Amino acid sequence: MPYVPHTPDEVREMLATIGVGSIEDLFAEITEEMRPQSFDVPEGLSEMEVLSKLEGMAAKNATDRSSFLGAGFYDHYIPAAVDALTMRGEFYTAYTPYQPEASQGTLQAIFEYQTAVTRLLDMDCSNASVYDGGTALYEALMMAVRQTKRRKVVVSEALNPIYRVMLDSYTSNLHLEFVTVPHKKGKTDIEGIKAAIDDKTAALIVQNPNFFGSINDFTELFTAAREKKALSIMSCYPVLQTLLKTPGQMGADIAVAEGQSLGLPLSFGGPYLGIMTCTKKMVRQMPGRIVGRTEDTEGRTGYVLTLQAREQHIRRQKATSNICSNQSLCALRALVHICSLGEMGLKRAARLSIERAHLCAEKLTAIDGVEMLTNGPFGNEFAVALPKNAYEVITKLTERGYVPGFPLGRYYEGLENGLLVACTEKTSEEQIGILAEMMKGALR
Amino acid sequence: MIPADLKYAKSHEWVRIDGDIATIGISEFAQEQLGDLTFVELPAVGDTFEQGAEFGSVESVKAASELYAPIGGEVVEINEELEDAPEKVNESPYDEGWLIKLKISGEPEGLLDADAYKALIESEAH
Amino acid sequence: MKTIFEKSVAGREGCWPCDGLAAEAYIPKELLREEEIGLPSAGELDVVRHFTKLSQRNFGVDGNFYPLGSCTMKYNPKFTEVVAAMPGFTRLHPVLPQLKGAGHLCQGALEVMYETERLLCEITGMHSYTLHPMAGAHGELTGVMLMAAYHKDKGNEKTKIIVPDSAHGTNPASAAIAGYEVISIESRDGIIDPEALREVLDDKVAGMMMTCPNTLGLFEKNLPEIVRMLREVDALLYYDGANLNAVMGKMRVGDVGFDIVHLNLHKTFATPHGGGGPGSGPVGVSERVAPYLPISRVQKLEDGQFFLDYDYPKSIGYVAPFYGNFGVYLKAYAYILRLGGTGLTRATENAVLAANYMRKRLEKHFEIPYNRTCMHEFVAGAVHQAEKGVRALDIAKALLDKGHHAPTIYFPLIVKECIMVEPTETENKATLDHFVDDLIAIAELTEADPEAVQKAPVTLPVTRLDETLAARGMVLTEDMGS
Repeated sequence: MPYVPHTPDEVREMLATIGVGSIEDLFAEITEEMRPQSFDVPEGLSEMEVLSKLEGMAAKNATDRSSFLGAGFYDHYIPAAVDALTMRGEFYTAYTPYQPEASQGTLQAIFEYQTAVTRLLDMDCSNASVYDGGTALYEALMMAVRQTKRRKVVVSEALNPIYRVMLDSYTSNLHLEFVTVPHKKGKTDIEGIKAAIDDKTAALIVQNPNFFGSINDFTELFTAAREKKALSIMSCYPVLQTLLKTPGQMGADIAVAEGQSLGLPLSFGGPYLGIMTCTKKMVRQMPGRIVGRTEDTEGRTGYVLTLQAREQHIRRQKATSNICSNQSLCALRALVHICSLGEMGLKRAARLSIERAHLCAEKLTAIDGVEMLTNGPFGNEFAVALPKNAYEVITKLTERGYVPGFPLGRYYEGLENGLLVACTEKTSEEQIGILAEMMKGALR
Repeated sequence: MIPADLKYAKSHEWVRIDGDIATIGISEFAQEQLGDLTFVELPAVGDTFEQGAEFGSVESVKAASELYAPIGGEVVEINEELEDAPEKVNESPYDEGWLIKLKISGEPEGLLDADAYKALIESEAH
Repeated sequence: MKTIFEKSVAGREGCWPCDGLAAEAYIPKELLREEEIGLPSAGELDVVRHFTKLSQRNFGVDGNFYPLGSCTMKYNPKFTEVVAAMPGFTRLHPVLPQLKGAGHLCQGALEVMYETERLLCEITGMHSYTLHPMAGAHGELTGVMLMAAYHKDKGNEKTKIIVPDSAHGTNPASAAIAGYEVISIESRDGIIDPEALREVLDDKVAGMMMTCPNTLGLFEKNLPEIVRMLREVDALLYYDGANLNAVMGKMRVGDVGFDIVHLNLHKTFATPHGGGGPGSGPVGVSERVAPYLPISRVQKLEDGQFFLDYDYPKSIGYVAPFYGNFGVYLKAYAYILRLGGTGLTRATENAVLAANYMRKRLEKHFEIPYNRTCMHEFVAGAVHQAEKGVRALDIAKALLDKGHHAPTIYFPLIVKECIMVEPTETENKATLDHFVDDLIAIAELTEADPEAVQKAPVTLPVTRLDETLAARGMVLTEDMGS
């Protein structure tokens, strides 16, 4: 059998040591009434057969289209070193670093990851990551609820709607009061959010750039929140964070991000990376693993999991979260990605993405009837209003090999003509030119 | 070491009553069981607690334990030094490692004297 | 070892140098960050060497026996990586199937999801699955949310969840986070005592979470009775699939009456743990719980086409942004295809064989608190050794010096000086013997020279690390601390 090494002789020897006649004797406690009613799993295949079957399935996915899809998940270039290094079995096939002396590689890497993301977001502390950007936001919200002992949450409607529906699902049994402040033509309504914060508010949640790609400075909003003793939670986009004013500078208490854009392939939705950072004051509310620096008995520097008394394996039902796994390998990928590109390379990726998006916006809005839906500064993603239903246009262009963007009507009533378009450094000027031509044709 | 002049709660807090002020800490036995403390979470001055209510927690590397008020009252002072030096609770649980002071409200019930507390921890140790 | 930040040299170009383009041309200055970030500037070789050296400071299944109890550290077949790296999968944007008329662009991926769900249904005897939960604990939370939705829909007023004292810490934590009161019951003779259960069981009980075999490696032989008791009060029975590797082909949790089950694909189905994730924690349910599963759900039309269905009004909603850790369950799917039904059964049989063999070989040297036939893992207690001052922790460290990863220690909490060994089916007999011999040698050294054991490890890049200093000093980044 694949992956079971024992020879028949060895099996006999082992059974003799145990003192039973057959392997089946070891399952005697599973009585007849508990035995399977069926176990109709097809017979195994050779490695070659499995690969061939899956190659066939992969071929049924059309990945040859030029895509302008983003919506929070971006196709950035990943340096080859990322796969080469993170696939090393010593990282890949290790478990959570429960034995620190035998896990210094994983632990130091997480420490470096924590350093990298806190610098990128300009925050004090980071954990070793959570599942994804959405669960990071939910955990951030729960941190704020615990810290403030308040139950009202003010959410911007321009927060990624995929995350808004996740927050709704997770908190449906928890008796929280959600106030959603509508966007204003795709812009975050800062004044509206400010007005909604009162002395019952645990936290406000905003995103920068927001779902429509629009960029803000929330400094004043966060200051206003602080006056009401409410906490400020900001979701951000790590690649652009190399250039944009940081959550730390703006005064956020908790900053989270989807880390997919840092070296993780799109892979149909996962595995991704939930980046979670906060101020030093909040660190004991942080869920999940955290790595700290310490010394061994000889005085040498080493790393361990720390502040574990927050966690489920010690606190059980009183833990800050039930989370056990982090996305360790994804965090390692993000770190290697950051290091491979370096500070300058990462900034270049961001700048090129922004440049391409502005070129794309210019070309699209030059078409009759196409206008910017959201005005003002944007990064590598922007919203345009088309003269007809965006779904129809998307369908038409996709058939011709170009996926022009995401239909805003899927989540926003009244924006059925809205199209959200994203570019990265991988988007070529030629592709942008063709998209504009096709769009012109489709709208004619 | 179980000072005779203190009263004890079954949850291993001690209390020293001086007029209407009660000073509260954890016992030698409790700090030993927890090991080296790494963090002490205390309430704010002005918070009030009923007897038996949770008023904070202590953490070591491998354990965490909630703290329960052995007597009811309003917090008038907390031991701020513990924020940077939680080890004081290990080093001097009855003196420098005190946790909070309460202005007493109401009579405490069911507190143990030193002998009764000694009997309790002996039974727990077995 | 220096960190990559300490090795950084200002101005050194990485694999993609900056070309001086300015963002200011597009975005007003007041929205931009001013200072340098402080990310490393290192050459590609610097980076490659740094992470290669770091990796050499790690144990992993590829290099070391890793009998970490409850974690099922079996060999992760290499071909599954080839599958997960196929561009036809990695390049798929997750919103693609949400575009009208674009479902045909990702039929292969949807088929993987559909087929994986069907296989997991057959392996566990459940009615339906969701692949969305991104790890075991995430599956638990999803499962408890399903429980809450079921009772709410039926108008049941339930407030409590029962958890045995041998349970994983995630069980009570998940129940509490979903808003339930947690009731712990004591085991008797290592398994759930129906009498203890009867004492706490009333109509406020929403359900019970159990692991079978439990964390002591023992089969819960009172299972049929427990199922009957819970049914009487309309409580749901939850199966923590952490230990599914012990029963594949021997018992299906759906057949014996479980309503909700989460699996850990990174344990039973051999996807790599990656130093603590990513995992994948699909949740299976019985027919009566199926209406509440998260959305979206993948469906197959009569013409063989697959699509995502969002029309489930009773659904608990979204637990993941899309469809879970696709890249992880893709590997598990490939693993199941490779092994087939017979291979999965053999995996279980040999996992149980290996655990019993090791238990039997160790019984004269260590206390085995429940010394009877175990399933895929067993617990030993270093109680005799502790009398000499050598604790489970010391033994674990001494094993590291011998090149083995240590077993799980001090869990489950109900066993003194607990050492929990899970060898898995993929280790050969020589490896099992080598580990047992080394463990016996450590027990002997404990008699002769306990201090030598207490000093371990001495062969690794660091000796024992001061965890108290770490927690008190709280240096969590290069920028914190002195």
